[in-house]
Amino acid sequence: MILQTSLKHIADAEAHSEVLKNNENVMVCCGRMGPMCLPVYDIMEELQEEFPQVEFRDMLFDNPHAAVIRNLPEARSFMGLPFTVYYKNGKVVEATSSIQSKEQITEILNRELN
Amino acid sequence: MEQKHYDVIIIGGGPAGLTAGIYLARAKAKTLILDTGIIGGQMVLTHQIANYPGIESTSGYQLSTTMKKQAKSFGCDIKSNINITGLEIEYQAKAITVNDNQVYTAPAVILATGGRSRMLNIPGETEFKGRGISYCATCDGDFFQDKEIIVVGGGNSALEEAVSLTRYASKVTILHEFDRFQAFQHAIKEAKENPKIDFIMESHITAFQGGEKLEKVTYKNLKTGVVSEKNIDGVFILIGYVPNTEMLKDTAVKLTPRNEIIAGEDLQTNLAGVFAAGDSREKRYRQVTTAVADGTIAALSALEFLHNLKSK
Repeated sequence: MILQTSLKHIADAEAHSEVLKNNENVMVCCGRMGPMCLPVYDIMEELQEEFPQVEFRDMLFDNPHAAVIRNLPEARSFMGLPFTVYYKNGKVVEATSSIQSKEQITEILNRELN
Repeated sequence: MEQKHYDVIIIGGGPAGLTAGIYLARAKAKTLILDTGIIGGQMVLTHQIANYPGIESTSGYQLSTTMKKQAKSFGCDIKSNINITGLEIEYQAKAITVNDNQVYTAPAVILATGGRSRMLNIPGETEFKGRGISYCATCDGDFFQDKEIIVVGGGNSALEEAVSLTRYASKVTILHEFDRFQAFQHAIKEAKENPKIDFIMESHITAFQGGEKLEKVTYKNLKTGVVSEKNIDGVFILIGYVPNTEMLKDTAVKLTPRNEIIAGEDLQTNLAGVFAAGDSREKRYRQVTTAVADGTIAALSALEFLHNLKSK
């Protein structure tokens, strides 16, 4: 169960932990093909060139394995798609709920994943 | 600073801008589309489009992707998620500065900047976005299973979405600033007949409060001045759209008091060579089909303008 985007996808919990193990900086956007999520995937796609040190991935919110994102303590209060999580050395350093602008995402990437 | 010249620059990559891009590029005009967000504009935000003639049913995302592909196939350049940092459109040579370091020039510009969801702009709104406050019922409805929510608004989308949210929520309160709704009669009837829906009229929310999540709203009755509080799990804000015309405030483009662009039948604004298309211009109906029609007219008018300019 994956999203129909041109980003690299995370298909299951194992792939999720593999990405975190093998990369220092990871941004995962977990959502659906809906109005609040699509703009975030689009921005991630564009930022790939600008942030080569970051692994950009998406994950389908309705995939049962997306529990690795849904059940994060950082996402406890989240009630808006997508859930976007930023990892540094496997640890969550920032997480956001609902749509974000390119400026907001760039600010987090510069602050946390540089 | 990098500089590049085009025949026409289109600001906005929604259905109006993309259609103009298709027509212009196909007519061999060197065309650039600039968008400060995602290509497709508000069309992308529509889950299902069932009334676009010739296509039985599609998603806004799919229709945007196809229109973008079409425009590109004719040679139209497209740049999304950019910042417009300079706009000089008063003179014959028009210049648009992007991200402070690229200047695009053209004799003709089409303003297809569209609209966006109106926010309440009150304390707590940004803080609780995604933590109880939502602008999209179809996206976030299922987070509110058996919870109490408020829908703010009185138009078609507010009333229709309030009814659809009763599938999840235990109770939905529609909060509206006037004493009557602007929605169609059938939408009002359906909401009024739904046992899960209550109404608070002639009131507006003055603050959102809570801890990690939204917990409470304060609202004021506009007639009596009485201020009340209500414990709530979620608030959906569906109060219509505002035109994206802030960037035009320092230009000489004429706007209505509602900040919509004024254009004639050929969609030219008060400035020569500056055209308007789509939801950002003053008009009655805002649909994908009317945006596409605007894009066509603006493109053909711009081509005529270019032709006259060359033959002068």
